[in-house]
Amino acid sequence: MTALLETKGLKAFYGDFQALFGVDITVAEGETIAIIGANGAGKTTLMRALSGVLTNAPDSVFCRGEAVGALAAPDILARGIAMVSEGRRLFPSLTVEENLMIGAYGKRRGAWTLATVYDLFPILKERRANPATALSGGQQQMVAIGRALMANPDVLLCDEISLGLAPVVVRDIYAAFPRIRESGAAIVIVEQDIGQALKVANRVYCMMEGRITLSGRPEALSRAAIHAAYFGAQSHDHS
Amino acid sequence: MTILDTIVQGVLLGGLYALFAAGLSLVFGIMRLVNLAHGDLIVLAAFLILVLVNGLGLNPFLAVLIVMPLMFIAGYALQAVLLNRTLGKDVLPPLLVTFGLSIVLQNALLEGFSADSRRISAGALETASINLGAVTIGLMPLMAFLSAVAVIVGLNLLIYRTALGRAFRATSDDPVTAGLMGIRPRQVFAVATGLAMAVVAIAALYLGTRANFDPTAGPARLIYAFEAVIIGGLGSLWGTLAGGVILGVAQTLGAAVNPEWQILSGHLAFLAVLLIRPRGLFPRAVD
Amino acid sequence: MTIAIPSLKVETRTRASSVSRLIALAVLALGLAAPFLVSRGAVQDLFFILTMLVLAQSWNLLAGYAGLISVGQQVFVGFGAYAMFGAVILFGIDPIPAILIAGVLSALLAIPTAFFTFRLYGPYFAIGTWVVAEVVRLLLAQWKTLGGGTGTSLPREAVRDMAGVGLLRDLFGMKPAQASDAITYWLALILAAATIGFIYRLLRSKQGLGLAAVRDNEQAARAVGVDARRMKAMVYLATAFMTGLAGALIYVQKARISPDAAFSVTDWTAYVIFIVVIGGIGTIEGPILGVILFFLLQNLLADYGSWYLLMLGLAGILTMLFAPRGLWGAFSDRTGIQLFPVRRTLVGGPSVHQGGSSHG
Repeated sequence: MTALLETKGLKAFYGDFQALFGVDITVAEGETIAIIGANGAGKTTLMRALSGVLTNAPDSVFCRGEAVGALAAPDILARGIAMVSEGRRLFPSLTVEENLMIGAYGKRRGAWTLATVYDLFPILKERRANPATALSGGQQQMVAIGRALMANPDVLLCDEISLGLAPVVVRDIYAAFPRIRESGAAIVIVEQDIGQALKVANRVYCMMEGRITLSGRPEALSRAAIHAAYFGAQSHDHS
Repeated sequence: MTILDTIVQGVLLGGLYALFAAGLSLVFGIMRLVNLAHGDLIVLAAFLILVLVNGLGLNPFLAVLIVMPLMFIAGYALQAVLLNRTLGKDVLPPLLVTFGLSIVLQNALLEGFSADSRRISAGALETASINLGAVTIGLMPLMAFLSAVAVIVGLNLLIYRTALGRAFRATSDDPVTAGLMGIRPRQVFAVATGLAMAVVAIAALYLGTRANFDPTAGPARLIYAFEAVIIGGLGSLWGTLAGGVILGVAQTLGAAVNPEWQILSGHLAFLAVLLIRPRGLFPRAVD
Repeated sequence: MTIAIPSLKVETRTRASSVSRLIALAVLALGLAAPFLVSRGAVQDLFFILTMLVLAQSWNLLAGYAGLISVGQQVFVGFGAYAMFGAVILFGIDPIPAILIAGVLSALLAIPTAFFTFRLYGPYFAIGTWVVAEVVRLLLAQWKTLGGGTGTSLPREAVRDMAGVGLLRDLFGMKPAQASDAITYWLALILAAATIGFIYRLLRSKQGLGLAAVRDNEQAARAVGVDARRMKAMVYLATAFMTGLAGALIYVQKARISPDAAFSVTDWTAYVIFIVVIGGIGTIEGPILGVILFFLLQNLLADYGSWYLLMLGLAGILTMLFAPRGLWGAFSDRTGIQLFPVRRTLVGGPSVHQGGSSHG
């Protein structure tokens, strides 16, 4: 069986700087994957390679068996992979509703429409006519998630959605995830908030310095193992 | 000529300038690109209309309907083949490439049509006018003004009410994230330039029927368009119309004092606005 | 563990530049002797090349180094020329000091001009400079004493009795026309050498480093204390001075002026832009190469009229798209040769190569 989304030996470079050193992950249909790791571990780079923002790994990213590493973002989206970018990246010239509508620009049909997104995040319906950037951080994050859902993705990539938000707001946002999963989409969450990630994920990958250092089911991983994979086993020796 | 009449003529002339400027404003708003060949493209369109009118005996209004899609295609191709390659952080490449294009177009037109002044004949419409006592309104200037209003209404509807318009605004805000929405920024840019060129075709009709034009008439049209955009404030099409009107009124008032001062008083009005309100009268864009 | 730090030295000079210094001196010496060696027609050609070179170097400093893309530099050519005409016709000043006065007045004109155009963002600055040039042209066309819209000529005796003409006649038996060509030519040579010398020194100085920083990243440059606005304004003023001098000098030789010719965007800006772009923007060598190429092309293709300009425009577009640093940039990138090195290289470290650096 071919995976819905898969990387094999993914390497990524920014000029001379290598950010990823052969990363292997797989995402099966309907799964929720969490990718955890410290700042600079390469999580966001991995997401950029999966979503088509980075297009220089032609032979390392596969969608349903097809090599898609060289495809641009719109072509990746057409294959059912949508991303919630780090920092939300809402369009300031567009209202809340317009931001949601533009998520459907690719015209993929499915369960998610303006009505169902408003049902998921009722506050957005109240604020539909506001400029997107006039909303609170948590509400903006809801717009960003709703906007990605409007594409009716098979895989929803979420990059650091809890960054900069109060814990109670983060809880509200994660409360929406069971319903997103019910719609059939696989979810890939990049998080620094380990607790939150372990709670929602079926499987966890831990990254450090551009490599996968640990993977498995959250209940099977010990705190010590995660700690070692996250910070490095003997990380305090050199320097 | 009364002063009221002078002002009315200036307002109507402002409509023509707004037509020159609308495409420039649209393209700048979406991709921060200033096309220095904009005026020459207006003149190119005027020659295309002229060829259809003189060569095939078409009515100029019918000719413009044919030239509009042609100019749309030309604009789309220009952006897709040439200008998209120049976009980036540096403002130098697009400016120099479009400056080169301006010189190329002027000289190609000189080769093709000679340096003679031409005019598009609109038949009886040219002299038709509405007499309102103190003020006489020429039918063609009035139609130019109404066309400008119609173009601005149409472009605003497109920008604020359609999926394409949302794509324009989203791409202008953040092309990378727009890509994640399935928008292809380069294609969006090409459509925008195509639209700007379709508007240019309308402007060309009124340029060519109002007065004589020749292959070197482009740069002055670019300057008027630019002045209208800056006076009005970046990012607002209604502001551009207001800018065009201010420019037109300044020109006709100057010309009423001394015909040699027409162009100069327009420029001085522009400099005065730049002095008092550097961001224009109705600024909208943040940068 | 301690590491011995080898003695490092920052240098901008390269081996090629030491050679080029000798070549430059030889060229200068030969250039000074030219009026005695070649025909009057050739002297006039050289005059044309040198004055275009001054305009090109000025525009290159403005656009290539300070990032101020002007398509209105003809304002300083025209204004300089008119200022010189005014000084000669209205005040009876000798044309040679009149040139200097014209340069100073052009620099003064740059102050109000900058006041307006610097309010315009990036690409709009370009058209703003054009508007200013149009305004000055239209205003001068109203000045009836200097011929209004149709223009006027320098009084014949003003050029004939120009400083130095008598001396050349007495020393070498030159005819007045020949002597005045020689004098304007020498002035052009001095102006070109001084312009290149000034730009070279500026770029190697601390201010030049600041300019490069502003060009690469204005925000970052401001953050480390470079006053970008002031720096750009100074460059704008300096190029106005040089361009004004060149304009005045060109019109001493032409001896006839009209607003349309003196403020021609084709002659004083389009040609200049193509010279710089095709030769290599952002290098001192580029405009030199460009102006020589331009002169050859013009002689070969001048009969083709607008086809010539059309091809020049196309060449400019293609260069910008496929070799954005021009012919010299492409050559320099490949060979590492720089005749006027203004980039800083570290010398004396263990792994540092002598010569051109490859980073951009």
